[in-house]
Amino acid sequence: MTTNVSGLDVARIREDFPVLHQMVNGKPLVYLDNAATTQKPQVVIDALVNYYTSDNSNVHRGVHTLSQRATEDFDMGRSKARQFLNAASDQEIIFVKGTTDGINLVAQSYARPNLGEGDDIIISTMEHHSNIIPWQVLCQEKGAHLRVIPISDAGELLIDEYEKMLTPRTKLVAITHVSNVLGTVNPIDQIVEIAHTRGVPVMVDGAQAVPHMAVDVQKLDCDFYVFSGHKIYGPTGIGVLYGKAELLDAMPPYQLGSEMIKSVTFEHTIYNDLPFKFEPGTPHIAGVIGMGVAIDYLNGIGLDRIDAYEHELLEYGMECLSGIGGVQLIGTAPGKSSVMSFVMDCAHPHDIGTILDTEGVAVRTGHHCAQPLMHRFGVPATARASLSFYNTKDEIDLLVKAIDRVIEVFS
Amino acid sequence: MPGLNDLYQEILLDHNSKPRNFRKLEEANRSADGYNPLCGDQIQLYLQVEDDKIIDVSFQGIGCAISRASASMLTQSVKGQSVERAQEIFDAFHTMLTEPDAELDYDTLDDLECLAGVSEFPTRIKCAVLAWHTLRAALDGKAEGVTTE
Repeated sequence: MTTNVSGLDVARIREDFPVLHQMVNGKPLVYLDNAATTQKPQVVIDALVNYYTSDNSNVHRGVHTLSQRATEDFDMGRSKARQFLNAASDQEIIFVKGTTDGINLVAQSYARPNLGEGDDIIISTMEHHSNIIPWQVLCQEKGAHLRVIPISDAGELLIDEYEKMLTPRTKLVAITHVSNVLGTVNPIDQIVEIAHTRGVPVMVDGAQAVPHMAVDVQKLDCDFYVFSGHKIYGPTGIGVLYGKAELLDAMPPYQLGSEMIKSVTFEHTIYNDLPFKFEPGTPHIAGVIGMGVAIDYLNGIGLDRIDAYEHELLEYGMECLSGIGGVQLIGTAPGKSSVMSFVMDCAHPHDIGTILDTEGVAVRTGHHCAQPLMHRFGVPATARASLSFYNTKDEIDLLVKAIDRVIEVFS
Repeated sequence: MPGLNDLYQEILLDHNSKPRNFRKLEEANRSADGYNPLCGDQIQLYLQVEDDKIIDVSFQGIGCAISRASASMLTQSVKGQSVERAQEIFDAFHTMLTEPDAELDYDTLDDLECLAGVSEFPTRIKCAVLAWHTLRAALDGKAEGVTTE
């Protein structure tokens, strides 16, 4: 069944995701909470099971066969992540727990030593709490200022304001690639170019971008890029921090322990080379392997085709939702990613979420860890339907039907 | 699966659309703020307590239908009651939502029984109890407020 213009065989793809084939509250599950986490294809589940069934061993340590197999698969996971971002070398790929962990690493290891009293860090109004709080606390501690780029009513960054905000005191720009609430795709190449002409490095939160589009960190020329494995159909607890090698080389380690050292005496330790300097302790080996398989899976479908299909789906969804009286969409930037946040005149998002759930439709409700953005739009919370390439127009019709039920209950 | 009609009963929807005692109480001598960080619901509860009696009570804030209706019904049920009786109502309400097998004190619950359906929706219990925990904080003199996390 290829009824979409992108030519994706969605019925076939859905077969790869066992979790999708279940009833919830007596209705077929319609999973529209992909911005929170994505479901896992069978190949990823199998990779985790196979690792623990056949290859479980510690990496970069033993000379025995199992350790060699585990090490080989683990290292391959790094190469896959490097290719996924088109980084220049495997050394620039640091495994972290997830996006939050990666941002904290940059805050503590890069920004802390470089930030002084009266300096600035720039973020934006549409940041997730995890790209606000590490900077806020660091700025408070150092007597530095957190500057916030404003956004338009459609949810686009005001680039002119951003440009004016950059001063010789700006030490870092930390910005999301795609908003988890609005779906806005920020012009990272332009943001980086503007920052670099003033010698300011840029860290990009890519958590909501990498599931939906091909990302090339060399082309973007960003200095750091962070994402989570579980948002690209891989396991939780694993993610990637990309950093330019010359920056990572100059940074002190974030956490200390084994694996990140070359030699240790009680008086002195010589740190290991990149990327191991930033990866103390036994890593999430199964997670790295699983994430590598998830990357293979995405590449098998093709990110360009995913991008095209999800936009087709989004366009249909936006059209359907904007046609319902009393529904207001939050985030209407052109070219946005497949996230639809909305509020309703008649019902609070939490009530919307409960009623949708009784219809089998899973959406996220609340502030989406972006309370300052909620304040910007003057709402306490929103309901959010976020789409994946395994979703269908039929499912959007079911979402609309469930929203009609909300209106029915509250009218 | 409990039906939506058990949750969103007519009386609850009525309290949601026309909340009772929804204002700031100028004569209040006790108050507290309640906050549910999960969904952003917030409530300010005002009490006028004299000689261990709740003379008047009101609330303000933003929240979902369940938290709003629960707060509205709270004000009706504790107004004019002794502090001790308000605590008994709190206990009966809390038991109704959190102990599915417990015998309910229908006399004490009265209209509040219409919120019993919430117990079948575990993610929504916090919405229903927010105002009640805020009441207790106000009675205990904890103006700093409570969160349901």
